Amino acid sequence: MLFFSFFKTLIDHEVTVELKNDIQIRGVLKSVDQYLNIKLDNIQVMEETKYPHMSAVKNVFIRGSVVRYVHLPANAVDIPLLEDATRREAANQAGKGK
Amino acid sequence: MENLTISDPPPPPLQHGGPGGMPPVLGRAPPPPQQLPAQMFTTAAQLLDLTDKKLMVALRDGRKLLGILRSWDQFANLVLQSTRERIFVAPGTAPDQPRGLYADIDRGLFLVRGENVLLLGEIDLDKDDDAPPGYDLAEVEVVQNLSKQRKQQDKTKEKQKVKMLAKEGFEGENLGEILL
Repeated sequence: MLFFSFFKTLIDHEVTVELKNDIQIRGVLKSVDQYLNIKLDNIQVMEETKYPHMSAVKNVFIRGSVVRYVHLPANAVDIPLLEDATRREAANQAGKGK
Repeated sequence: MENLTISDPPPPPLQHGGPGGMPPVLGRAPPPPQQLPAQMFTTAAQLLDLTDKKLMVALRDGRKLLGILRSWDQFANLVLQSTRERIFVAPGTAPDQPRGLYADIDRGLFLVRGENVLLLGEIDLDKDDDAPPGYDLAEVEVVQNLSKQRKQQDKTKEKQKVKMLAKEGFEGENLGEILL
């Protein structure tokens, strides 16, 4: 659940999502769910001419399973908090394993 | 299916500001990120406000479907009404074809299994009637033939690429399957 929570802190920030079919979509992160499905608003497609089907689209729901990368705005990431959350998650996992 | 809607009140009534508290309507949510209601972050909530809208659905096999979303579930299994498949051919597929072409084929009612969905895009109805920049509407048969030709070209190219990579000891991420 760590990344789910992490993505929730990035709501309303602009991100770029790169899909496994190489298309890159930039937009405002509006929502994320447990599968890391992503909703973007006000989208803009890189290399737009290569993807004519996206020209009339204003917001997208991207299935989590097809995402390759999410490019994050570095200044929106609270690294100490993320490190802390990661340690806690790791400790939880270790606790469960015993 | 869970019967939560995004207009249900959030579990903890921790509302600050706004007399009576604002209803947590998606898109007009209270300032993020602290107090957003948990049910906003479900697949259901994300798909709920796309329901009954005209969508462009991109499938894993490269097909593009345009239709009205009528029903769905947590796996993004979808029911689309009045679906049309739109096929595109990039410019330069045929020697004398400087602009891209597209055509629509009526398909009717679709049930799409979730795993095949790449993305759903809500169509801006203002731009819906305009052809994509650089593309013209053409006869279905013409576009279908060109599209077949294009696929063949791409396949040959991909095969060559895979062969060369394999010779160097590389194995591609999606060998044997061209994602479009």
